[in-house]
Amino acid sequence: MARTIIPFGPQHPVFPEPLHLKLVLEDEIVKEAVPALGYVHRGLEMLADIRDYHQMIQICERVCGICSTIHAQCYCQGIEELMGIEVPARAKFLRVIWAEIHRVQSHLLWLGLFADAFGFESLFMQCWKIRERVMDINEATGGNRVNVSVNIIGGVKRDLAPDMTRWILSELDLVEQEVKRLEKVLLHDYTVKKRTVGKGVLTKDQALELGAVGPTLRGSGVAQDIRQLGYAAYGDLSYTPVVAKDGDAYSRNRVRFLETYQAIALVREAISKLPPGEISVKVKGKPEGEIVSRVEQPRGELMYYIKGNGKKNLDRLRIRTPTFANIPPLLSMLPGIELADVPVIVLSIDPCISCTER
Amino acid sequence: MDTIKTFIRKSRIKSPWLLHFDCGSCNGCDIEVLACLTPVYDIERFGIINVGNPKHADLLLVTGTVNHRNKKVLGNLAEQMPEPKIVVALGSCGLSGGVFREAYNVIGGVDKIIPVDVYVPGCPPKPEAIIDGVVTGLAKFAQKKGDTS
Repeated sequence: MARTIIPFGPQHPVFPEPLHLKLVLEDEIVKEAVPALGYVHRGLEMLADIRDYHQMIQICERVCGICSTIHAQCYCQGIEELMGIEVPARAKFLRVIWAEIHRVQSHLLWLGLFADAFGFESLFMQCWKIRERVMDINEATGGNRVNVSVNIIGGVKRDLAPDMTRWILSELDLVEQEVKRLEKVLLHDYTVKKRTVGKGVLTKDQALELGAVGPTLRGSGVAQDIRQLGYAAYGDLSYTPVVAKDGDAYSRNRVRFLETYQAIALVREAISKLPPGEISVKVKGKPEGEIVSRVEQPRGELMYYIKGNGKKNLDRLRIRTPTFANIPPLLSMLPGIELADVPVIVLSIDPCISCTER
Repeated sequence: MDTIKTFIRKSRIKSPWLLHFDCGSCNGCDIEVLACLTPVYDIERFGIINVGNPKHADLLLVTGTVNHRNKKVLGNLAEQMPEPKIVVALGSCGLSGGVFREAYNVIGGVDKIIPVDVYVPGCPPKPEAIIDGVVTGLAKFAQKKGDTS
């Protein structure tokens, strides 16, 4: 059959976001995928001209609603390094706690959407039901279910009282128990394996060459994670990256599933080691110079380039998000697979279009 | 035929189908819309089902700011929906542009492109607020007259 072009998106039932792919098909087989981006572009990097460097935290949180705390953390760490501010130890641990709670929430969200992509709707409902417990923790500690606005330059603006940390631990125990019950289905079920094993393979060499990041990279057998650098309090916590070696959609599913456990363990460890003291320091002066700040988001490595010129507005803010880095690997996974598998493969990189287009 | 039309009109209020379009939001509102569908909030108890096809939908939930690229998509989706239809704008961005109102690629709220019936504020609105917005929309739905065939 002659080549046909099937538009995939921008409004598609599988994705909550407007991702648009033009799929070049021969019969049912994808030959080429051409991304068409720009549906969510707002131009928020340019808002640095209008808002001062403190107000930009709120903008950075809204780059992406799913990993808002981690965006703000990355931005604050960059500015702090630029201005030579030493953040109190307690603030560093609190940042880790909120970041890891966010990771649990994001991975549960993804596991649900992934299950939905291959038509396993009851599994989607189960994952999201468990996720609501984590959302309750977000609301109780940060005041908002989604945009947990806790980071400020020089530390954090909210503290966790001892009874609150005890409650968080007891809730996370319940989350872990419930996630464990899903393990049999998500990792060993026949239906799940049939739809994911061997689909959308990204070899180790390809992953390195195309610059994959996060679970997409670790699913291809590369143990690389920005948390290994020990930013914030990760240096004081025991952390080893989760790796799977096959590089298919199932491996990426496995990495994210096991990272959910790991994130819960990191929250427990951080709470047990939480030092007493101040949660923030006073900030004086204006940022000057340029810096690259990197943190690990649920989707992979997040990079902020910040350039200040000694004024209250930044000269330039550039955000490189993990999904942007994962689009070339995605385009190399798609050729040769069937049209029906496209949603599964696209979701396997955990695309966040609002991050990518900003 | 009149009995059939009355039946359809009544059924659409009892079981409106919902179309969700992310129009340049930060995902915050979108995941709250999805959270409405899941067991804890369970919007399906009002007979509401999330559908992917605008031609099957009665309610359009729009999140996020409108930009120069997605305004055509939004207009198309609203045009393809059968009358009477209800448009619900969600979140600060959907109402006015929110924190992004000054960004160069942002036109503003959803009502700059299509008429909006219900506004749900919040950044992001809680699932309870979204459900309330949808139910308020249903009350307006009953008043609207349109071609129900």
